[in-house]
Amino acid sequence: MLTRIISTAVLLGAASIAFATPQIQHWQAPSGARVYFVENHDLPMLDVAVNFPAGSGFDVAGKVGVSHLTFGMLDLGSQDLSEDDIARKLADVGAQMGGQFDADRAGLSLRTLSSAAEREAALDILARCLQQPLFPEPVLAREKARLIASLKEAETQPESISDKAFAKAVFGVHPYGWRTEVADVEKIQRAELESFYRAHYGAKHAVVALMGDVTRAEAEAIAQRLTAGLPEGGADAGIPAVLIRISPSEERIAHPASQSHILIGTPGVARNDEDYFPLYVGNYILGGGGFVSRLMNEVREKRGMAYSVYSYFMPMQQPGAFQIGLQTKKEQADESLKVVRQTLRTFVDKGVTEKELRAAKQNIIGGFPLRIDSNRKIIEYLGVIGFYKLPLTYLDDFTAKVDKVTSKQIKDAFKRRIDPDALATVIVGAPEEKTGASK
Amino acid sequence: MRIHLVVIALLLQISFVAQAEVYEKTLGNGLKVIVKEDHRAPVLVQQIWYRAGSMDERTGTTGVAHVLEHMMFKGTKDVPVGEFSRIIAAAGGRENAFTSYDYTAYFQQLHKSKLPLAMKLESDRMHNLLMSEKEFGKEVRVVMEERRWRTEDDPRSLMFEKLMATAYQEHPYHNPIIGWMADLENMTASDALDWYKTWYAPNNATLVIAGDVKAKEVFALAQKYYGGIPRVKLPQRKAAGESAQLGIKRITVKAPAELPYLVMAWQAPTLRDAEKDWKPYALEVLAGVLDGNSSARLNKALVREQQVAMDVGTGYDSVARGPGLFLLEGTPREGKTVGDVEQALREQLALLVRDGVSAEELQRVKSQVLAGEVYKRDSVFYQAMQIGQLESTGLSHKAEPVMLQKLQAVTAQQVQDVAREIFNDDRLTVATLDPQPLSDKPKHNPGAAHAH
Repeated sequence: MLTRIISTAVLLGAASIAFATPQIQHWQAPSGARVYFVENHDLPMLDVAVNFPAGSGFDVAGKVGVSHLTFGMLDLGSQDLSEDDIARKLADVGAQMGGQFDADRAGLSLRTLSSAAEREAALDILARCLQQPLFPEPVLAREKARLIASLKEAETQPESISDKAFAKAVFGVHPYGWRTEVADVEKIQRAELESFYRAHYGAKHAVVALMGDVTRAEAEAIAQRLTAGLPEGGADAGIPAVLIRISPSEERIAHPASQSHILIGTPGVARNDEDYFPLYVGNYILGGGGFVSRLMNEVREKRGMAYSVYSYFMPMQQPGAFQIGLQTKKEQADESLKVVRQTLRTFVDKGVTEKELRAAKQNIIGGFPLRIDSNRKIIEYLGVIGFYKLPLTYLDDFTAKVDKVTSKQIKDAFKRRIDPDALATVIVGAPEEKTGASK
Repeated sequence: MRIHLVVIALLLQISFVAQAEVYEKTLGNGLKVIVKEDHRAPVLVQQIWYRAGSMDERTGTTGVAHVLEHMMFKGTKDVPVGEFSRIIAAAGGRENAFTSYDYTAYFQQLHKSKLPLAMKLESDRMHNLLMSEKEFGKEVRVVMEERRWRTEDDPRSLMFEKLMATAYQEHPYHNPIIGWMADLENMTASDALDWYKTWYAPNNATLVIAGDVKAKEVFALAQKYYGGIPRVKLPQRKAAGESAQLGIKRITVKAPAELPYLVMAWQAPTLRDAEKDWKPYALEVLAGVLDGNSSARLNKALVREQQVAMDVGTGYDSVARGPGLFLLEGTPREGKTVGDVEQALREQLALLVRDGVSAEELQRVKSQVLAGEVYKRDSVFYQAMQIGQLESTGLSHKAEPVMLQKLQAVTAQQVQDVAREIFNDDRLTVATLDPQPLSDKPKHNPGAAHAH
């Protein structure tokens, strides 16, 4: 295995630990696709992922859902292969096809044995799904019906009701705030999938990640083969800018559930932002650090009010959401909300202690090897590094960047990003007597 | 057929490797230590598996196995409340625990240098747990919130709870792992302490360490940290069973939802003797034939061709301490009913019982199983899980390569025979989710200003 050993003497009070980070090879395929590869022969298997800027953020108003259906139908029929052929042929060689879809990215991934016969058969299917999807009319009709039914189901469940209301409250009319509506799906035509595919699945915007048991020469051939027949693609439309400052809001939605589902937040931080590391480390202390965060301590450990309470920043092309979430029985929803808001306010006003910062760094830096201990995890990093054009040394630099974060930077970054008086709050299954009332 | 040869070669290689890398030793106090060396990354996982799950509980204190799991993070004399998690976090670790019908397990994932620390902490709480009334009072409320979240407000999970309580009338799989709400409300710190004193003992546990370690060093450390914990006299376990069912059972669960949902569950055997049994292997293959990929029988027929269902699924687990169930589930498509889905599922089963499975289908499932054996080696955690599960359900980790070979040896005739035996209405429980409108349709009140 080709690895570079970097020594990080950053563990405060601990002996220095050497972490081997995978060596990332990067090139551009003749097709124009950007390729990211880690060669590793420990296991006789190969992971591949091909991603495009084709997530839901690229939908247009009134036709939300086109991006998702386009993605969902890539493996449901291609030139010379029916949807059943695709599934059967993959299963015959023990390959597993999956995909990624979010507001920025869409794409397919494949896990296959690296032995030549199996690998070839599996890559052939992947190539055809990516390059020659047919979006067959009858399959589209069926998939639309399935999607509509699942949307109707989602409209009855507190988790999805709150997610939808929260996205709208945080992002307003920005595409990050859109959720697919039944009425939109009903209107979607095959030609729209076709044209979305042609515009957004172009070779020059494709990002290919490969991890595992092939040589560099083989990886080059695979990357080219997977992208050579892609459409030309349109110009990179990009995602429109997110409005960072929002007006405070509180929406209470009735639901017969026994618990209130509470979400609080605001637009947070973009993937390439300088504030990312201070916010990431700070959030570990606030609500990201499992059993040891402040939110967990205040809400669960001290008061027994919730099973789960968390906060996170979702770094995207544009600033994704900063979100706090919890579920608690209706009768104590307002009290919990008060505790959460007070915890956040104190955090933003006073920042973190040096002791907390030290503990956070110990966990994040000391736990770094766990982030890259499998092919699965490494290929996920390759996809993110490639898609967001992060430095190839992202993994090498990770622990040093965390170590450099100061308590002043955390306080400063939170102050600028999170205004406790300008947050969106959504409560689904709100306490009955207060439903509909503003507080 | 070339693919066939390839997979058989792979099979031999896998079983050789699997055996070569696992080491075991039992300490003087009865603690079984199993080590799986995997040197791909400088990390390790420690898992301690107690052979006590919700199936060992008694009427009135259901859920106590899981409540105790929560209390295990609440401190000992040397490691006060909250410290366990803080110390593991400061060591760069991730940790958690899980309770099942059959066992309760705790784990930490860490850099390879941290094993002594993890062992020190885990061995301490094996015999030194403090049970404070105050901490118990808070934590049992957390568990009630967990129950509301996982079960009460989740229509399908609620239906599954009722299904289990109907399919199992004698065996304790009747009760939910998280416990009935009334039992949680009535539970006391002394219930949890009794549970701890009864079952938390080295002679009722398996310690699994997997990752970048050397077995010899692990055994020495295990002796140092766990070796001094005294053995406990375990109560005699009384094997519960489930009599043969005497006719079909049907239940309906009403809950707020949009879509109806159907689950059919047949009484099915689980593995008792990895060498001699054949039905559980045939059932695993049967599940793959029905639902192993999106062109497998059920999805192809019900979702793609007849379009009677939105989605379908199959569930069967051959590894369990108690009697098993073979499950089929389906969600009707708009305009169709659960009755339509049930009928369509029954037609597929009838076809299978009448005509059997093709050689191609059989081989496809086996290829997937073998590839899965390679893929699973990408996760140290999962490899340790599999060892812990086998040990905690009365099989041995040594059954693993045997099971793999037995699965490869399943014949089309066996699949057909086991289908004929299992898919009998006298073994069947059918549960239906009857979706109810939200009593109060969501009222939107956007933009209400909030001020402190």
